[in-house]
Amino acid sequence: MSHALILPILLPMLAAIVCIAGYRRGLAFQRKVSLAATLLLPIVSALLVASAARGEISVYAIGSWQAPFGIVLVLDRLSAAMVMLTAVLAVPVLLYALAGMDAKSRNFHPLFQFQLMGLNGAFLTGDIFNLFVFFEVLLAASYGLLAHGGGLLRARASLVYVVLNLVGSTLFLVALALVYGTLGTLNFADLSLAVPHVPPSDQALVRMAFAVLVVVFALKAALVPLSFWLPLAYGAATAPAAALFSILTKVGIYALLRLSGLVLASASFTASLLQPWLVQLAIATIAISTFGILAASRLSVVVANLVMLSTGALLSVMAVPGIEGVSATIYYVLHSTLVTGGLFLLADAIANQRGAHADLLERGPHVRDLGVLSGAFLVLAVAVTGMPPLSGFFGKFMLMKSVQATSWAPAIWTALLLSGLLAALALARQFSVLFWEPVPDEPKPEYPPPSRLRVAGLAILVAASPVLTLLTGTVSSYAHAAAEQLLSRQAYVDAVLGASPDITRSRRPK
Amino acid sequence: MELLLSVGIGVLAASGIFLILRARTFSVVLGSTLLSYATNLVIFASGRLMIGAPPLILPGQSGHTDPIPQALVLTAIVISFGMTAYIVGLALRAKGESGTDHVDTEEPPR
Repeated sequence: MSHALILPILLPMLAAIVCIAGYRRGLAFQRKVSLAATLLLPIVSALLVASAARGEISVYAIGSWQAPFGIVLVLDRLSAAMVMLTAVLAVPVLLYALAGMDAKSRNFHPLFQFQLMGLNGAFLTGDIFNLFVFFEVLLAASYGLLAHGGGLLRARASLVYVVLNLVGSTLFLVALALVYGTLGTLNFADLSLAVPHVPPSDQALVRMAFAVLVVVFALKAALVPLSFWLPLAYGAATAPAAALFSILTKVGIYALLRLSGLVLASASFTASLLQPWLVQLAIATIAISTFGILAASRLSVVVANLVMLSTGALLSVMAVPGIEGVSATIYYVLHSTLVTGGLFLLADAIANQRGAHADLLERGPHVRDLGVLSGAFLVLAVAVTGMPPLSGFFGKFMLMKSVQATSWAPAIWTALLLSGLLAALALARQFSVLFWEPVPDEPKPEYPPPSRLRVAGLAILVAASPVLTLLTGTVSSYAHAAAEQLLSRQAYVDAVLGASPDITRSRRPK
Repeated sequence: MELLLSVGIGVLAASGIFLILRARTFSVVLGSTLLSYATNLVIFASGRLMIGAPPLILPGQSGHTDPIPQALVLTAIVISFGMTAYIVGLALRAKGESGTDHVDTEEPPR
């Protein structure tokens, strides 16, 4: 058993603890620790991806207690890809934050590391209760990161975000209690074995338990009508926090993928849980976030709506089970997380050079680094709206192709194409206002000193989409294999529960 | 006992939801606390209700109760306690920044 599997959780946790312990040794110490831990993450996750790419599912039994009684971490292609994505997003975001935004409070680095720990844990855990625990870890860190920087707007956004997520956590627990009370297990693999054997008298209750769970994941992923917190919260957060948050909604998507692929699909009475309503709500999400993009008055709110738009696009294909849909979802998750993360950083970089106009979408002073910023804007905008030739185009194409045969295809295609067109129009107009129409006699604002760290952070995320485009063949075949692995279930169950899953254990007293 | 417990959960959850929907942060905090109490009882009940049975298999003992929900409840209590502490701090900060305890951080027009 390789201990590398637990490193993505241990590394950030240790870094966070050292950062807290080194509170008095100053910011420079915290920066070193945080940067070192974050730079190690891509290396560790590359090792994990390399091991998962061979097709084997590794299981790490914590304390050597075997599933289904012990807690296990499971590494398959999907979770390895998500851990890799977290690491690839975390490095540029941290570089950008090191340029000065982390100095506003001594708690930034511990919170940042705890956030990474929660994310990696949520992607690696093999049971649903630890999914809850890691959700709480990442949420608790995100509460702190959202409030980072202070100000009334952030206090307001935090209050809404925290209360809503507290209710979400409560629902999560109720769902877990119902799942445990009816199925007697919380391990994903064990659940997928238990669901087909639910007696008819309990089926309604089990369906309800999973429905509550789906509601919780939909809240995290920001699916209409549970999405209205997102533009407020993400629009108010400081840029590095917001950029890191762009993966938080994807945790909801990941959890839905895992639950529907592994558990819900294993019995007919739960397999039909998502179908009757998910497509409609996903299309509504696409529509409402597109209106949000058109109506927003600040660039960061536009980007927050783009995050919500990607949720709609991803969930519109999830109701259609199939390998193609899941592999398109995985590819699009990778693409949209990195691109929206980059856009959050870009919005901040632009705001820094416009003085009091900040990222408000109104005519203002000249920006200093016109060439760099407008170039970055162009690349990210092309990627996020799904225009050729960048990865957004391939992602959208795969999403659309996967629903080709269903009756919902015309509606989904219309929604995806129209939202892409409207978002492109809105971004083109915003580009023009921000870069090409400066007020001639506006006094020059105080530009912040140029920072290599900031440029490096932004450059990595701007380069992400072109790189993903070049690697489209490799990544999409990996995503295809990951989807096959997820949907085949049996390999996962065998790996987690051993070759003979019929361990004798007495059922609970009735 | 089932009736008593389910009525208790229902009353707690209903009061919690009512309070969470109020406009002042203090009520919201109380509401989230009540809601988490209700949830803890739900988790506890998911292990079935037993009287006088230990959560261990002991020699000479006939029945035992399921220990897992008790462990889950413990985790849930710790987490909800921490979150409540955080939200109290946040509510105080919002009050300090805005001068009002309304959840929108501004008084509604009268």
